[in-house]
Amino acid sequence: MKQDHEHKQNKKYGMVINLDKCTGCGACMAACMAENNVPFRKDETDKLLSTAWLRIYKLNNGKPYPETDICYLPRPCQQCEGHAGHSPCVSVCPATATDYDMETGIVSQIYTRCFGCRYCMAACPYHVRLFNWWDPVWPDGMEKYLSPNVSVRMRGVVEKCSFCFHRYQLAKDKAYAEGRRELAEEEYQTACTQACPADAITFGDLNNPKHKVYELKNDPRAFRLLERLGTNPKVYYISSREWVRRAGDNYLEHEKTGAVASGHH
Amino acid sequence: MKIDRRSFLALTAGGTVGTALTPLPWKLTDDISIWSQNWPWTPVPPGGEATHVNSTCTLCPAACGITVRKIDQRAVKIEGMAGHPVNDGGICILGVSGLQLLYGPSRVKTPLKRVGDRGAGHWQPISWDQAVAEVAQKLGELREKGEGHTVAAICGSDRGTLPQLFSRLLTVYGSPNFFTLPTIHDTYAMTLGLMQGGNPQAGFDVENTDYLLSFGSGILEGWGAPVRMFRANSRWRSGYGKVVQVEARLSTTAAKADRWMPVNPGSEAALAMGLAHVILREKLYQRDFIKHHTEGFDEWQKGVLAGYAPDAVAAVSGVPAAEIEALAREFARARKPLAICGRGQGNTPGSLAESMAVHALNALVGNLQRPGGVWAMPEIEYIDWAEAEMDALAVAGLQQDRLDGAGSDGFPYAKYLPNRLVEAVNSGQGYPLQALLVSGANPCYSLADAAAVQKAIAAVPFVVSFSSFMDETAVNADLILPNHTNLERYEDVPTPLGLTRPIIGLSRPVVAPQFNTRHTGDVVIQIARAIGGTVGSAFPWPTYEACLQMTLAGAWGPLNRDGFWEVPGFQPADWAHAFETASGKFEFTNAAITSLALSEPIVLPGDEKAFPLLLMPFDSMRLTNGWIGNPPFMTKAVDDTVLKGDDVLVELNPQTASSLGLSQGQAAELQTPVGAARVRVNLFEGVRPGVVAMPTGLGHTAFDEFIAGKGVNYNMLAGPVADPASGLDAAWGIRAKLTKA
Repeated sequence: MKQDHEHKQNKKYGMVINLDKCTGCGACMAACMAENNVPFRKDETDKLLSTAWLRIYKLNNGKPYPETDICYLPRPCQQCEGHAGHSPCVSVCPATATDYDMETGIVSQIYTRCFGCRYCMAACPYHVRLFNWWDPVWPDGMEKYLSPNVSVRMRGVVEKCSFCFHRYQLAKDKAYAEGRRELAEEEYQTACTQACPADAITFGDLNNPKHKVYELKNDPRAFRLLERLGTNPKVYYISSREWVRRAGDNYLEHEKTGAVASGHH
Repeated sequence: MKIDRRSFLALTAGGTVGTALTPLPWKLTDDISIWSQNWPWTPVPPGGEATHVNSTCTLCPAACGITVRKIDQRAVKIEGMAGHPVNDGGICILGVSGLQLLYGPSRVKTPLKRVGDRGAGHWQPISWDQAVAEVAQKLGELREKGEGHTVAAICGSDRGTLPQLFSRLLTVYGSPNFFTLPTIHDTYAMTLGLMQGGNPQAGFDVENTDYLLSFGSGILEGWGAPVRMFRANSRWRSGYGKVVQVEARLSTTAAKADRWMPVNPGSEAALAMGLAHVILREKLYQRDFIKHHTEGFDEWQKGVLAGYAPDAVAAVSGVPAAEIEALAREFARARKPLAICGRGQGNTPGSLAESMAVHALNALVGNLQRPGGVWAMPEIEYIDWAEAEMDALAVAGLQQDRLDGAGSDGFPYAKYLPNRLVEAVNSGQGYPLQALLVSGANPCYSLADAAAVQKAIAAVPFVVSFSSFMDETAVNADLILPNHTNLERYEDVPTPLGLTRPIIGLSRPVVAPQFNTRHTGDVVIQIARAIGGTVGSAFPWPTYEACLQMTLAGAWGPLNRDGFWEVPGFQPADWAHAFETASGKFEFTNAAITSLALSEPIVLPGDEKAFPLLLMPFDSMRLTNGWIGNPPFMTKAVDDTVLKGDDVLVELNPQTASSLGLSQGQAAELQTPVGAARVRVNLFEGVRPGVVAMPTGLGHTAFDEFIAGKGVNYNMLAGPVADPASGLDAAWGIRAKLTKA
């Protein structure tokens, strides 16, 4: 086993989001929508029906004026690894429309296989999965900006953040064409990472010591969301504020933050 | 028939095996997915050759570099341009949503002429020849009648070739009434002009600041160039510097700051003077600078020491005296401290007294013209057109007073006072305005007391809009001569305000014009030529592009290659050479400054008894509030605690809400002396008790169904307050009343 591991080190793409830097500006959300042909409707204020692969939550420490504090938390798909790739959504899909890619660690969603049973939405503890209740409609002429790299989803299927997997494919094709087999860190970046005006998002291979995320994930202020469910997500957050780290999981009053946090790698 | 255990089990087992063997469920599942997925109207985006074009975004004044990804002739994605001096690869939410404006439903697709009532939305498409001829004929008639001065133009800016063409047109035509919509940068320009002399713009070297003291500036809400400020903030958050935010509401900037200092709103200038008092009293100022490079220090010091003791300032601002003292010491002892002002995005010019008090703090610590400080930025003087010949009509027209009184004895330092223009038109002061040209601005939406603005516009007999979009001002026009959008046209953008690197950015055609639009620069040239005489001969260029190429001369090549051109090796002038005042020094006070009504307070409209609450606006990155409306992606990204259905939510402290009997999400009637609107309540502990905080950027009535009719425009509820010292709008809120709906 150990030998195998040394011979074939799989990639494990992940993200570290610095909440001290995040300004909640929403550029990541719009960059994601523009990159991934995400549709929109006239009224998007019912957030249970609004398809946004990446959503920003506004956390509040709940204290009265002027002790109040707020923090923004961008939430893409957490790309759970679970145990050996058994992420919550992958395990329940009856259509094999979603799977865990052992090569990259990315949880995929294959729209043409999905028949809309929405088990995965029920299984996902992060609400990252979204159902298309309507066919997408663009105002006349606006479909011109749609990207050919990402298929447009139809009514009746579930969609979610793919870590811009099409960018991985494009980068890999380019590398292969140039006779390379390995991608440099900057060759594959998600749209939200690239857009972030605050440089709050860092993306890379969590298994690769040369990538920035490798060090960042070990920051003592790093945490993951609902870690104790055993979902083993690949999105890490950094905050220097204790109340923000506590907001990442359902802690009991007497529990210390991050008590069960370690154990990844 | 009796069902016993045996037959029940047999039936279940048989049923299970039978279901598994029959193809029916699998067939049905397959059919369901085919039926639910293969809708022919789901678009399949065509493939093609992928290319990238560099350009400059002009959707806001920040002028970030952008790289547009194209598939054949379609633009499919806007990204930040790596290596650009403003944004180096980052991009804001508006910039990244820009293609929704280019291809969006609010585009004006062809020249339009109003049929039916103003604002009723009935239009007749006309040809470009007719559009140009109608404007030229009308302007020609007015000029012949000797009424040239009754024509006004409102532009988004007065910098760059396009606004300068408008300005030139008005000059040779014979009207003094050229306008822009002033912002905090105008107040800064006035401040620097008065204290440092010359005509510089303020640049802020935020990249090197290690202590930022912000008087309500939304450095994370869009003050300055957003991407640049975000980058600087991230650097501060990485341990490079400290941020102190002075503000009544817990904004994003306040939440991210090292310290949030809630003050009584409106007391910022006093607080700045209180800090100066401590720095003076404890002699913490930069002695070398004060001694050798300043004038009027002793006199100014006397006033500050006498009037702004920490105890007195504590009473006004609500900040304890001990905290004022500690903050002053910390600021003065920082290596590269910087104090800035301009509330929120700085779209309101604000009080001159406050800006001068804040700027004096920078002078006290000697952080002018130095790394991390305020720099006097000279304008790149590349627009060097031959002086135009003026005929008698032009000379006579220019001798008339401006309708707003800017530059007159009452307001000697103001360049443009659009709020006073509105007042003049509505009250019939001066001469009646006969024609108005609007380009790159949306005054019917973005000026305070928007209803009064709309009334004024309705009173002007001939209104021409050059907008690419069906905005609130275009709706109220007689003619719309639609410009290409920023992705379809050439345009130069001089150094964005606040930047410390002198650059020219170039916006250029990324895609061919999508509709029957025409570059406003070309249209201005064509109108001038159609008017003829000296007006026509002042525009010798065949096209705007020819004009731009000739104007940019040697920079044209690099601009086309890189998307921007930078003045090589720029360094701020040192203290001995930086100041263009009579003394050649920084002047804390002088004859011009003492002649201004700097100590008169800014009084918000409204009686405290009838309107017991304070309504204050807040800006955010997810809502544009300039001349452009939100593209759909941005509105989609707005929280449901800001907009729910078509209702805007105003922030209210739970304590205030309970005293009014209001709970989360409840509808209420919000009244001010200017207007009333239906809102919903969002309980937020971060807003000061007694304050109602309202997001700006909502309440559009024009554009398209994705933004129109959502929420309330803050400017419909607020009125301008003329700063006694400058005449510019210094309102930061308005008194208000909230009652259960």
